[in-house]
Amino acid sequence: MNNTIKFEIDGKIIEAEKGQTIVEAAQANGIYIPTLCNFSGVKPKGCCRMCTIKINNKFMTACTTPVADGMEVENNTEEITDIRKSIIELLFVSGNHFCPACEKSGNCELQALAYRYQMMVPRFPFLFPQKGVDASSPKIVKDQNRCISCKRCIKTIEDEKGRKYFAYKNRGNKLEVVLDEEMAKTMTDEIAQLAMENCPVGSILRKEIGYIQPIGTRKYDKKPIGSEIEV
Amino acid sequence: MPKKITIEPVTRVEGHGKVTIMLDDFGNVHDTRLHIVEFRGFERFVQGRPYWEAPVLVQRLCGICPVSHHLAAAKALDVIVGAGTGHGLTAVGDKMRRLMHYGQFFQSHVLHFFHLSSPDFLFGIDGDPALRNIIGVAQANRDLAVQGVMMRKYGQEIIAKTAGKKIHGTGAIPGGINKNLSIAERDELLNGPDPLNADKMVEWSVAALEFFKDYHRNNKAMVDTFAAYPSNHLSMVREDGAFDIYHGVLRAVDNDGKRILNDVDYQDYDKYIEEEVRSWSYMKFPYLKDLGTEKGWYRVGPLARLNVCDFIPSPLAQKEFEEFRAYTNGKPNGMSLHYHWARLIEVLHCAEMIRDLLNDPDLQNEDLVVKGEKKHKGVGVIEAPRGTLFHHYEINDDDQIVKANLIVSTTNNNEPMNTAVNLTAKSFMNGQKEITEPMMNAVEVAIRAYDPCLSCATHALGKMPLEVTLVNAKNEVIDQKNK
Repeated sequence: MNNTIKFEIDGKIIEAEKGQTIVEAAQANGIYIPTLCNFSGVKPKGCCRMCTIKINNKFMTACTTPVADGMEVENNTEEITDIRKSIIELLFVSGNHFCPACEKSGNCELQALAYRYQMMVPRFPFLFPQKGVDASSPKIVKDQNRCISCKRCIKTIEDEKGRKYFAYKNRGNKLEVVLDEEMAKTMTDEIAQLAMENCPVGSILRKEIGYIQPIGTRKYDKKPIGSEIEV
Repeated sequence: MPKKITIEPVTRVEGHGKVTIMLDDFGNVHDTRLHIVEFRGFERFVQGRPYWEAPVLVQRLCGICPVSHHLAAAKALDVIVGAGTGHGLTAVGDKMRRLMHYGQFFQSHVLHFFHLSSPDFLFGIDGDPALRNIIGVAQANRDLAVQGVMMRKYGQEIIAKTAGKKIHGTGAIPGGINKNLSIAERDELLNGPDPLNADKMVEWSVAALEFFKDYHRNNKAMVDTFAAYPSNHLSMVREDGAFDIYHGVLRAVDNDGKRILNDVDYQDYDKYIEEEVRSWSYMKFPYLKDLGTEKGWYRVGPLARLNVCDFIPSPLAQKEFEEFRAYTNGKPNGMSLHYHWARLIEVLHCAEMIRDLLNDPDLQNEDLVVKGEKKHKGVGVIEAPRGTLFHHYEINDDDQIVKANLIVSTTNNNEPMNTAVNLTAKSFMNGQKEITEPMMNAVEVAIRAYDPCLSCATHALGKMPLEVTLVNAKNEVIDQKNK
């Protein structure tokens, strides 16, 4: 049985394997579709909508949609670009993201996307929500001002028995990702480092190592996000 | 009829301030005030943030000399992470920070002299306001303007190579630095294409100093009497009394040169210095506790530093320092326009130190950070271009800042600048029938000598409108002039 599927992204014929998502197929073919909540090795949920595309004239999320023969995907169009930009702007106004002093600056995916999509000033009013900083654990600072509730930490950070370090708390606009107090006490440096790296923004920070990476050597200092995929 | 004159905003200074001058029935100045009308709030909103954020967050106070805040905060945090109070860092940590600071000092002083003040010297205090700016300088004396621009660029390049970028970098971290200087970076700064190399910067620094000394020779009476008054002077000096802008002890002298603060550890600064609040300004008035508010205020900045230190540890600047001190027979110099002289001697010292440091192989070492037993309180003091800068932080057990106190350089000069404004207003305006633009500029020249950073923000080109309003005793506007 032939497992190869052919479809189009912005008019370019793409070959993909059956079962791949559009994000995966695009990546394999050197086409960048931006993502935030999507994370390698974790089942996609499509909750941030950053990967919004248009398939046969209908908006879909590229991280959750499997490839199918004959699909016509719109990715890099003016309309889609503006939608993605508006999503970035919404994320900025719904938290308190002050890049100038944030130690994740230069390594932050949200900031990098804002640069890539040339966000200057959000079209939406800033909400300036009252958020806290939980620095009570020995290894990590959890800054709720910057959390975008992507769930990447909840899904990927666990101990050897599979117990999760992070969880959702509250609902609606009070929803927060919090660190389990008891588990935090025994968190290793390695786990703390992984949690910080897997967080796409500056919400999870390892204590006492801020700014140790010089400007110029950070992930997005020289090339925009996505350029590692694009050919 | 009593009148009130308002100069708002004050131009060719960093930040936003205004001056009010009250005239009595006979047209004589009876009171003056320099108001600092901006409110910042950094001490409050740094609370709750992780301590290591302070050097990067708080430097946003300023776009002209953020490095000073960056380093003062880092020095305070060195204490908190147990890396000692100035001598605990590794050689590369200490020297990279010093290089950053000298680069910063160099560019900030150059900016002030060439961009903000040279128009007054070139065209005169009463020169045509349309020419009396950096564009006018460029048209009248191209070489001078080019030197100003290129010297500033050189200082900025040093900052970029030590802090990661020219403005608001991240080089200093608690206990050290995050990068050393590569050989390629060193060579670019040391032997870069003309004029961007260390030797040329020394040469041009000497030339800038000669430019001022020449002006001084030709305008001796004015330069020596303009807003001249006795005061105390405070500065940090190296433990052996040498001029040192990065680390040392606090020393203050009175107008006769007598020590009134004798080489004390700045970790205890709050034992010696207090701040007074006055209702009409957002800027506090610091003073030496022992002497009280009336007698305890002091000057800081280039003039104070040269009045306080015993010698300058670089040969060319030391020679100039000796001439400077001899001018007042070794006594403290109280002439406000001599701030420019002192500032240019410091520029020369920085150029010499930069050249020396670039030849130091320690800058290529790899041991960037040291840490020891954590403490909950740390004070960092540095000599910023505009004067002594205090950063004081306290943290909780969770590494969050719970208290921050900053005494910025310009704040220390609050009373001196008010005194200079008062003297100048009286000297130029008493009994005059009409208040003219040159009279108002004279007041600004007095303020400008102190190179105040009123907001720690940027208005470098100084093309803001100056508005002067005459009001009567009922606060009714009776005349208004704009320039």
